Amino acid sequence: MERLIGYVKWISGPVVKIKATEDIRMLEMVKVGRLGLIGEVISTSESEAVIQVYEETEGLRLQEEVIGMGRPLSVALGPGLLGNIFDGIGRPLMDIKNELGDFILRGANPFPLPLTKVWRVKMEIKKGDIVKPGDILARIRETPLVEHRIMCPPDVSGTVIEAKESGDYTVDTVIAKVKDDDGKMHEIKLFHYWPVRKPRPILERTPLEEPLLTGQRVLDLLFPMAKGGTAAIPGGFGTGKTVTQHQLAKWADADVIIYIGCGERGNEMAEVLEDFPRLRDPKTGESLMERLILIANISNMPVAAREASIFTGITIGEYFRDMGYDVAIMADSTSRWAEALREIAGRLEEMPAEEGFPAYLPTRLAEFYERAGRVKTLGGRKGSISIIGAVSPPGGDFSEPVTQHTRRFIRCFWALDKELASARHFPSVNWLNSYTEYFEDLKLWFKQNVAEDFQSLRNWTINLLQEESNLQRIAQLVGVGVLPEPQKLILLVAKMIKEGFLRQNAYDPIDTYCSLRKGYLILKLMRMYYERALSLIREGMLTQKIEELPITSKIIRLSFSVPETKIEDEFAFLAEELDREFRELEANYRKVLSYRRREQFA
Amino acid sequence: MLEYAGVKKISGPLIFIESLPELLYGEVVEIFSPDGEEKLGKVIELGDELAVIQVFGETGGLSPSRTRIRLSNDTFKIGVSRDVIGRIFNGMGRPIDGGPEIVAEEFLDVNGFAINPVSRSYPRDFIQTGISAIDVTMTVVRGQKLPIFSGSGLPHNELAVQIARQAKIYDRDFAIVFAAMGVKHDIARYFIESFEKSGALRKSVVFLNLANDPVIERLITPRCALTIAEYLAFGMGMHVLVILTDMTNYCEALRELSSRRGEIPGRKGYPGYMYSDLASIYERAGKIRDRDGSITQIPILSMPEDDIAHPIPDLTGYITEGQIVLSRELYRKGIYPPINILPSLSRLMKSGIGEGKTRKDHPHLSDQLYAAYSHAVWVRNLAAIVGEEELSQKERLYLKFADSFETRFMRQGFEEERSIEESLDIGWEVLTTLPEEELHRVTMEEIEEFYRRFRRA
Ligand SMILES: Nc1ncnc2c1ncn2[C@@H]1O[C@H](COP(=O)(O)OP(=O)(O)O)[C@@H](O)[C@H]1O
Ligand SMILES: [Mg+2]
Repeated sequence: MERLIGYVKWISGPVVKIKATEDIRMLEMVKVGRLGLIGEVISTSESEAVIQVYEETEGLRLQEEVIGMGRPLSVALGPGLLGNIFDGIGRPLMDIKNELGDFILRGANPFPLPLTKVWRVKMEIKKGDIVKPGDILARIRETPLVEHRIMCPPDVSGTVIEAKESGDYTVDTVIAKVKDDDGKMHEIKLFHYWPVRKPRPILERTPLEEPLLTGQRVLDLLFPMAKGGTAAIPGGFGTGKTVTQHQLAKWADADVIIYIGCGERGNEMAEVLEDFPRLRDPKTGESLMERLILIANISNMPVAAREASIFTGITIGEYFRDMGYDVAIMADSTSRWAEALREIAGRLEEMPAEEGFPAYLPTRLAEFYERAGRVKTLGGRKGSISIIGAVSPPGGDFSEPVTQHTRRFIRCFWALDKELASARHFPSVNWLNSYTEYFEDLKLWFKQNVAEDFQSLRNWTINLLQEESNLQRIAQLVGVGVLPEPQKLILLVAKMIKEGFLRQNAYDPIDTYCSLRKGYLILKLMRMYYERALSLIREGMLTQKIEELPITSKIIRLSFSVPETKIEDEFAFLAEELDREFRELEANYRKVLSYRRREQFA
Repeated sequence: MLEYAGVKKISGPLIFIESLPELLYGEVVEIFSPDGEEKLGKVIELGDELAVIQVFGETGGLSPSRTRIRLSNDTFKIGVSRDVIGRIFNGMGRPIDGGPEIVAEEFLDVNGFAINPVSRSYPRDFIQTGISAIDVTMTVVRGQKLPIFSGSGLPHNELAVQIARQAKIYDRDFAIVFAAMGVKHDIARYFIESFEKSGALRKSVVFLNLANDPVIERLITPRCALTIAEYLAFGMGMHVLVILTDMTNYCEALRELSSRRGEIPGRKGYPGYMYSDLASIYERAGKIRDRDGSITQIPILSMPEDDIAHPIPDLTGYITEGQIVLSRELYRKGIYPPINILPSLSRLMKSGIGEGKTRKDHPHLSDQLYAAYSHAVWVRNLAAIVGEEELSQKERLYLKFADSFETRFMRQGFEEERSIEESLDIGWEVLTTLPEEELHRVTMEEIEEFYRRFRRA
């Protein structure tokens, strides 16, 4: 299918225009010039086509040949993806390293999946079976965490004419032949190609009703997202977007994680590659690398491939979703992706809309986020894709176009805050500006799976924090001293919530992951504390006296001093201690009161 | 070599010539003015009729018919060899110290190539700078890129010199690569003399594009410097410290070129691709698996109007692994180094500190200092509004803490070098101004072991 389609006639950075000698199809993948640089047709007319090139164009000349590859930019989907790392157009970086060395030179085009690796394949079909898109044809235990299900590709159906027995095969082995209704024969291998810009078909979308748990208290208990949902993490530099994304990649309760490093740092990818293999999945004890796929198109890699990286990632995600898995996709950062769009549009001298971004920015953002969802797959299984996109607004100002447009397509907004970050309050999720629109859908789940009073506890927390913020405004004008005692108590308990619940240190071995149950119990203790304190304060007790109780500091330290396994015992213990300390305080207080009263009468 | 006589058009730093099939995109060309003066240029756009050349130098004196252009059939490369050490070059990588030309071992493209992320080795080795504020609260590790965000008149040069002098990056062969972009003569001299005094000049490679040198040349200077740095680090296995100053001048050159090309301007007129362009510089730091050397980068930039949200510091902060932010307010109070720790950050410190690296209490102590100082600054602002009398007992302690943090912990001499143990101890010492119930970031054991000891002392 490869054929000469034209000659280079204009070059500017990643954009090349060619004189067309053939009818050139939109989005066709091409090879440019003697270096064979990979590119994609982004506009085409009778005599000319525009190509975005995924590698540096330095050294290219006019009139060099351009070869059309006869298919759109696609990824190869099959076993060997898990635990692996790819660049923005799906080339395996390990193989590129083996071929070119430590620096990414040009012209490498290794096959994306390991060709020589032999997989133990359990066949699920036999000759004569009728198969349709999405049917499971074979199974491979790809990693201890994920069974790879070889499915009938979305564009194939018919009768199995030939099928291999279960056995050990490489990825390009033909395991079956299927004849469709038109008599056309399709060879089924362990992999197939799918174009990255074309969503994989599904049967139907289904309602979201389960949370995507992340092990991060502030997210799971206050602003939970749903499996199949979309979330954005906006924040200025250094506010914790990447650490939060890494935390999600580690602890989110999805079956498969796709992490897209899009225009960010090389070292952050190295960190994942070095740390994840050592980290254990809290549920199964297996290495977290076993469910992870990395797409790395870091900031100094070609900008056009950065644009593609998001779609490469989501296409792989859809493939695993189709197998019946819950997939979570992290993209860090979608702003760099938008900038790639802008850069290419600029080279084409397209009419800019806001801040130089092309007018189709919102459309592209929508195309990305709409590929999230919970679905019934073609094969009738349940699967989901959740997308969490980091947004890097210039100057940390959320009114800029990428943040604003993103808001329209996401339903969970985890706003990171510069002030909190500079006080080293992490995750710096601002509890007043963040929101989730999923809670209504998830209410029932929380009630059934955590506690009857989950919702009321969550409301109590949110309200108390809101009230505290109002009080802080007053305190900043007049000082804390003049506030009445019940309000001082609110400030105290809010401080406890901030220090002991909202704050969660990603680098602390205990605190890095927190179960829903543990988060719930911490809040529960805080509410018990508040209620006991309030009743004493109503009788004239001073907040300061209550703050001095040893239990105050113990509750604050609970999150990072007590591991998951001991939390139930510790909760019971602290609840008792809380009761005792308050009773003692109360008893003493009554003694003092009655003593004073007696003195008055005397 | 192919040569053109005459060009179509000259506009600012751009020359337009007739396009030829021989031209390479990105090709470097020699340009000869009517007076025989020679400059370099680079092909930045190649169309079927015209090619656009960006000139690294002044175009004054060039005329369309009497300018000659000679092609090189190659991209911009510089010759590298171990002999560059101890030498001084101009902003384009030509020797200006009167010494001999460099006999190149290899010619390398100044743009370099991205390090494959799978080849990177995550930086984890602590570098002691001897400066408490840096070592305790924004620790540098080998292979990090950590810029200094400064403002005009602040002592960023002194700080960079002190770091270069004291940094214990050198357990083996080391080198300093210093690149000046658009800085004044006396500042360049200050650096060179300081290196000379500390004996580091023999180990340095200096690139100078001074304030009166061609603006567009600045776009090449850091790339020449980093190409040499990569050769020394990854070719020769040396630990290299790269100081780039002033990145603001670099960005202004980028803006000038962009506006000359008639590109759509982004924020404050800087081009939309400035992020990617800066990344192509800053990402050239790090360590590579199974290779000995490393590149640690300390770019210096002045924040226009002291505004950290200005595109230059903003985009830089989005790329680098943290930032050291200098504060005019602290400087006015007479505190050197005037580092405002709150907006400062070292993203890589977590893996370079703690047990077996610095000391086990380091991570929590650092967190606690940030938290306490941040609250103390808040109290200070409150006191300015409501008056100190309105503050509670505890809040007054925070005021005391802020003062002792600034004067005892932060402030130190230009020649003063503190060991990490000393710095951590001083950190605890200033924390003892606060009651122990206030310290939620440290463990009970740490309070026992460190806080109480210093409290008693
Ligand atoms: N949850 C967290 N726990 C501890 N430290 C954090 C956390 N989140 C962020 N940080 C700190 O903030 C720094 C910057 O975070 P990062 O995610 O790299 O910011 P961003 O991606 O927004 O620029 C990290 O290097 C780390 O020191
Ligand atoms: Mg980040």
